[in-house]
Amino acid sequence: MRKQVRLVFRHDGQLALIIAAMAIIFSIVSPAFRSTGNLVSLLENYSVMAIMAAGLLVVLISGGIDISFAAIAAVTQYVVALILINAGGNWLVAFALAAAFGGLLGVVNALLIYYLRALSVIVTISTMTCYFALLMFVTEGKSLFNLPDWFTDDLTFWSIPFPVLVAAIVLIITAFILSRLSIGRQVYGLGGNPEAAKRMGSNVLGLQCFVYGYSGLMAGIAGLVQAHRVEEVVPNALIGRELDVLAAVVLGGASLTGGIGSVSGTILGIVLLAILQNGLTLLGVSSYAFGFVTGVVILLSVSATAYTAKRQARSSARHAV
Amino acid sequence: MTEATNSPRGQEAGSSPVPSASNGAAPFVEMRGISKRFGGVRALTDVNFTILAGEIHCLAGENGCGKSTLIKILSGVHVPNEGEIILEGKSYSHLSPAASQRFGVQIIYQDLSLFPNLSVAENIAFRHQVETPFRLTRQQAMRKQAEAVMERLKISLPLDELVGSLPIATRQLVAICRALSAQARLVVMDEPTASLTHQEVDALLATIHGLKSHGIATVFVSHRLDEVMTIAERVTVLRDGSNVGTYRVRDIDRRRLGELITGQVFESSLKAPFLTEATPALEVRGLTRQGQYAGVDLVVRPGEVLGITGRLGSGRTELALSLFGMNPPDAGEIRVNDKVVRLRNNREAIRHGIAYVSEDRLSLGLVMPQSIADNTVVSVLDRLTGALGLIDAVRRNQTIDHWIFQELRVKTSTADRPVQQLSGGNQQRVVLAKWLATEPRVLILDSPTVGVDIGAKAGIYQVIDALAARGLAIILISDEVEEVLHESHRILVMLSGRIAATYDPHRVNEQELLEAIHA
Ligand SMILES: Nc1ncnc2c1ncn2[C@@H]1O[C@H](COP(=O)(O)OP(=O)(O)OP(=O)(O)O)[C@@H](O)[C@H]1O
Ligand SMILES: [Mg+2]
Repeated sequence: MRKQVRLVFRHDGQLALIIAAMAIIFSIVSPAFRSTGNLVSLLENYSVMAIMAAGLLVVLISGGIDISFAAIAAVTQYVVALILINAGGNWLVAFALAAAFGGLLGVVNALLIYYLRALSVIVTISTMTCYFALLMFVTEGKSLFNLPDWFTDDLTFWSIPFPVLVAAIVLIITAFILSRLSIGRQVYGLGGNPEAAKRMGSNVLGLQCFVYGYSGLMAGIAGLVQAHRVEEVVPNALIGRELDVLAAVVLGGASLTGGIGSVSGTILGIVLLAILQNGLTLLGVSSYAFGFVTGVVILLSVSATAYTAKRQARSSARHAV
Repeated sequence: MTEATNSPRGQEAGSSPVPSASNGAAPFVEMRGISKRFGGVRALTDVNFTILAGEIHCLAGENGCGKSTLIKILSGVHVPNEGEIILEGKSYSHLSPAASQRFGVQIIYQDLSLFPNLSVAENIAFRHQVETPFRLTRQQAMRKQAEAVMERLKISLPLDELVGSLPIATRQLVAICRALSAQARLVVMDEPTASLTHQEVDALLATIHGLKSHGIATVFVSHRLDEVMTIAERVTVLRDGSNVGTYRVRDIDRRRLGELITGQVFESSLKAPFLTEATPALEVRGLTRQGQYAGVDLVVRPGEVLGITGRLGSGRTELALSLFGMNPPDAGEIRVNDKVVRLRNNREAIRHGIAYVSEDRLSLGLVMPQSIADNTVVSVLDRLTGALGLIDAVRRNQTIDHWIFQELRVKTSTADRPVQQLSGGNQQRVVLAKWLATEPRVLILDSPTVGVDIGAKAGIYQVIDALAARGLAIILISDEVEEVLHESHRILVMLSGRIAATYDPHRVNEQELLEAIHA
């Protein structure tokens, strides 16, 4: 565990350095960047992404991948908003509904992956397409504007904006589950060596239901928070966010082959992307350029991970006696 | 000589029948009439296997005879096609891994089944995570438990280190600790000693006796017959997926056991002295690497087999890695065919005709999901590539046929099967085939017969002899004294990084060599 912590620290340390360097450069070239207003809205803007990232992180660690979470967030958002508009409710009901519905859609992914013995990429791409198509079909792409006032009113707690608070709580819970709870350690085990996890008696179906359900649950909450922020529900607002979230989590050190990843890294990954995106926007660079930069950043971080892995394999070969 | 007891039914009334409760102990588990097919492959046919409470029972047989499959059926990893498993008086058609562990069955798998991304302590205590998924993990309790087992085995492991960064021998110890840390009633060890040193093996064998004194049964798989003869009370022999029989070890000797396993008799003799004075294929002068080995001189000529033996940590593997360019020396020179070379990486070594079959081959040598054929030709693709950049299919198939089927006799019907479906020992032969296909001038073999059955060992020795006869210079590294003694023209003994002595196999015996190694 300590060694693992050390490795995480090394990766996190490098990321933190890059972030610091970028923050310094941007604040020199763009005075708008370093204004408190900008930083607060930056945090708020990226809290929805952070909530989804928490769910995706757990799936990646388990050795799978989830592409459908943005679609799940969109569907959940719409369904919950409809219920709240027609039947009324409060925040507790809203969270319970979003968590339950999102979690359920996530569990559907898990069951499909387990029983079809299919790759998680394929299954979640398919469910993403289905959920989204169904949503657009049923809603005809129409947005919901008449959300209840209690839902859209700005909330702050100890001057922390509500979305930021939710993201913080969710990330802390995720970190707790992953590092301190037995099921979290089993998720790492499953990602590190699935056959061994099965042989040790891990309930693989149960674990998969947990990780994909967790990802769906996070997506549901993210959808809810997003609707609260923008004060409307636009069916296709969240679509296309998958890759940004994936980029952030992978940047944060999570391995696409499973078994490796941390909440601290994920947070840094999001901060890095946020600063990059915000800085470039303030400098007047087009958002297409940003897409390009995101892609390059993912490539760099994936190849850096591969390089480290190769070096490690070689050094362990050298130790082999 | 061929054994008369070839049919699975014949020996129940055969030469040394053992009543199932010979020493009065009750059976802990009975596996009856077990059959298992993988697609078209029959891995087990109507096998009976009874383990008595508290006994030490060896499972022996050639590579691919079904030992690991039988074990995986007992542990609930595989579901048998036929047969029953009787535990605590109840009959089950199959078990699940969780159920098997509840009955107190703990397995040390041949592939170890560890989690490379978790620490040693977490690997050892993983079962607690499985038992109580929604509980807090308890670091302290985990470490205590790991420390208690290490104490019992008289070893010390780096508990915070990630398992993936450990050498294979240490990983094996981790797997052993994991199994022994449970409240087991039966511990099954599938080739646990494959990469352990003599002391570690001794400690493990002592632990097995300790388990027995607590009434815990052990099933032990090993291709080292002397280990089987020392430790076991009874031995069950499988051949081609069927029972040969179950024997009391005190009723048979090592030769007889070898016969039962292979159906043949093997003779081993020393090599004829090596006399030619040809230009050395590889010559090393004063080779030194700080903290690993120092002042090493050695010479191998074409056609010669040079044996190197020594303890774990004596520097033998580090030296071999240096000769293969993977561990650059600090001082000294390496000559290939009388020319000084610098080997900065393994590609340069390969270009100079040096091949190295590592001890860690299971994790480094093969791409598991790919076919036997692809694994074999991967190192010689450029040679098989014809004019248009296409692979010459005829020569590819000839290469595969030659090395896989003729020279190394890998037990498989087709070379198109994924390597991961082969038994452990047959995977090892594929690694050898892959390197031999590069037709090297100098071949470094690091423990080439670990985990290989005696029939296949004889096969590998024949290959070594044939290669040497063809003019290959061979460095054979092994800690099996018997092996270096019979397979080498000359033997170097390494002691803490130095060549302590050179022996002529005709002027030394096993005992003297052992003493030299442990001096
Ligand atoms: N998952 C699998 N799929 C297909 N065939 C398999 C599979 N596992 C084992 N086999 C086949 O079953 C037979 C028995 O293999 P097993 O691993 O039990 O042998 P073993 O006695 O343990 O040999 P070794 O001493 O080499 O470890 C072999 O022919 C092997 O190729
Ligand atoms: Mg086996």
